[in-house]
Amino acid sequence: MSMMLDMRGIVRRFGHVVANDAIDLDVAAGEIVGLLGENGSGKSTLMKVLFGMLPPDAGTISFRGQPLTGHTPAAAMAAGIAMIHQHFMLVDAMTVAENVMLGWRDAGRLLRRKEMADRIRDVSRRFGLDLDPDARVAALSLGRRQRVEILKAILRNAELLVLDEPTSNLASAEVAELLTVLRRLRQEGKGIIFISHKLPEVLEICDKVVVLRAGRVTGRTSVAGASQGMLAEMMIGRDVTAPRPPMVASSPGPARLSVKDFLAPGLARLSFEIRRGEIFGVAGVDGNGQIELVEALAGLRPAGSGAITIDGHDVTRASVAARLTRGLAYMPADRGTTALVKTMSVAENLMLRDSGRPPYGHGLLLTRGPANAKARALMADYDIRARDPSFIAGRLSGGNQQKIVVARELDRRPAVLIAHQAAWGLDPGATHFVLDRMLALREAGAAILYVSSELEEVLAISDRIAVMARGGFAGIVPRGEVDPRQLGIWMAGRAA
Amino acid sequence: MIEFLAAAIRIATPLALAALGGILSERAGVFAVGLEGMMLAGAFAAAIGAWATSEPIAGLLLAPLGGGVIGLAVAIVAVRFRADNMVTGLAVNVLALGLTSYLMRILASGGRPVSMRLPLLTALPIPALSDLPVIGPLLFAQPPLTYLTALGCLLMTLFLNRTQAGLTLRATGENPEAVFASGGHPARVRMLAVIACGAVAGLGGAVLTLQQVGTFTDGMTGGRGYMALAALIVGRWTPWGAAAACLVFGAAEAFELRLQSFGVPVSSYVVQMAPYLIALTVLAGLGQSSKLPAAIGQPLPSTR
Repeated sequence: MSMMLDMRGIVRRFGHVVANDAIDLDVAAGEIVGLLGENGSGKSTLMKVLFGMLPPDAGTISFRGQPLTGHTPAAAMAAGIAMIHQHFMLVDAMTVAENVMLGWRDAGRLLRRKEMADRIRDVSRRFGLDLDPDARVAALSLGRRQRVEILKAILRNAELLVLDEPTSNLASAEVAELLTVLRRLRQEGKGIIFISHKLPEVLEICDKVVVLRAGRVTGRTSVAGASQGMLAEMMIGRDVTAPRPPMVASSPGPARLSVKDFLAPGLARLSFEIRRGEIFGVAGVDGNGQIELVEALAGLRPAGSGAITIDGHDVTRASVAARLTRGLAYMPADRGTTALVKTMSVAENLMLRDSGRPPYGHGLLLTRGPANAKARALMADYDIRARDPSFIAGRLSGGNQQKIVVARELDRRPAVLIAHQAAWGLDPGATHFVLDRMLALREAGAAILYVSSELEEVLAISDRIAVMARGGFAGIVPRGEVDPRQLGIWMAGRAA
Repeated sequence: MIEFLAAAIRIATPLALAALGGILSERAGVFAVGLEGMMLAGAFAAAIGAWATSEPIAGLLLAPLGGGVIGLAVAIVAVRFRADNMVTGLAVNVLALGLTSYLMRILASGGRPVSMRLPLLTALPIPALSDLPVIGPLLFAQPPLTYLTALGCLLMTLFLNRTQAGLTLRATGENPEAVFASGGHPARVRMLAVIACGAVAGLGGAVLTLQQVGTFTDGMTGGRGYMALAALIVGRWTPWGAAAACLVFGAAEAFELRLQSFGVPVSSYVVQMAPYLIALTVLAGLGQSSKLPAAIGQPLPSTR
């Protein structure tokens, strides 16, 4: 079969780090190729080389029979390669049509609005994109916005579409729609590179998979006959999807966190207890009261009525600081704004909560020496890959940033941990790490509230599972009695 | 009544031109705080041109240059070197005031400013239309820059909504990354927009020297640039909206002048405060609903 894209022996070094080590990648017309790999495995570098954002140190690229060397992103686009970024490059305040026309020659210097709107409707119908040219992007769901990007690519005659983590921001119904659109594109003979670390999707949509690890191809297989475990093993050198050793039923200790008849804006009346050595998992579609619940427990939102107690002490109206001294720890979902100060160093972020206590400080003064020593110890323990404690947190990968949060909160040996989307956006290796730490904390006797919209994570570590819908719990089941269908009904039937 | 409306239009014209310039700058994502300085430099350049040649047309040609130089300064400092928009704008306003006052004294070479008497641009009545009752003398017997202002509103609206360049400019103010991703150059767009802003605001300044006052005095714009800034916000960053806001400000000022001339004991300071008071009231009323271009004031990433 003649290949649409043919990348041969691509090498790219950054200093002495080899980000791409002799990588081959082929894509045929009408083929979806999955590009799998953890963060830092070299996927982005390879795509930047393809798109002309980075020149390769060695290797050749040929696209539709023409060599591509020393090209710019503009030349790549002109040749028919389109990149659909994880963060959409759209202007929210403008309409779909205006976004399509932006920077597009065919739209004319004097914009041919009507003709463009017709072409948009046409393509939208042909590929099942369901887009209205006059809709404002700000009013569209993330899934629709992504389809605007796909629409732009199709109208600009792209033959090869590169989708970078296309499902990471989508709700599951939208993921299904996206996959339908991709199948349509495949039928029309487009080539697609599907970058992801979500194995089920890759298995569902791709024809073949290329797996990268540490800059090398560690696996190349047709999807037929491949399994998740096999791919995961290629990706990180061990199988993280394997069922964990069955969790030792922890001795049912006394309740550490107890919530009784609790009411707050955005929440239905809630009552639950989490006991010593128990992980209470909360699943459900985002936006059903999760943020309200965790922030109320953490003391960031005022309680309406009811009572929250930690180890028997009433903290319903206690300040954040008072809750912390009672042994509460909180890992917020948005590590970028609530959990970390991105412009400060790793060490400073690690001491945020406890800067007044040894080893970080003494009275009003910070003790830099011991604080740095402590930071180094935590970096080693929690595998935070930064050059040194003074490295700026915002420059680390998402996984390493989250490890800072995990290290800080877990090192306080909390009695109660509230973890919200603790593995959000992390690759399987880092997710595995976070989940393992939760289990270790459970062993140590803490009560853990683990809130996540990734059902698999919740199922993997929870002793009891609740599903949140419309601000309340649609149901709670112990680990042994989970019926996935029932969970699905709870989630879907009453999801906002 | 006609006189009152004529006064309102007269007062609104320089504001509206400056606001048109400001729209270019702000919709491209750069706060137009420097409008005051751009107007003043334009007024000065217009005065010099007309004074040196005794031809108001020469002044008209120089005015955009004067304003454009200030625009260039803002573009270099705020876009190229990514400095804070507010501080940069305020700085060029003070710079323009000092520079024009200084140059006036150099010209006189005696340490005292020259006193200029400039030929004014005369009214150009449009045949037939100007004979209409009431609206004829009001709308169709105006000096050239007033026509230009109305035409400017029309052209600017078409430019922003109907051309690829206008679309790119608006996108740069909303999401420069998107412009970059579609093959554009956000930094270039912003620099050109700010320079064009200076040129148009410079014409606004020329209205004062060439069409109304007939001379240049130190700091003669007297805060009109800030009023134009308020007008373009009240007008929601649209040309016609901003022009309408300028007319409201103009009417308020004309009304106060009237009161004074009828001997109503109103302090001239109250007169001067009134338009700003209106602007503040309107701004407070609009509050958060006056939606700014999303990326305004945000410097571009250094690589773009």
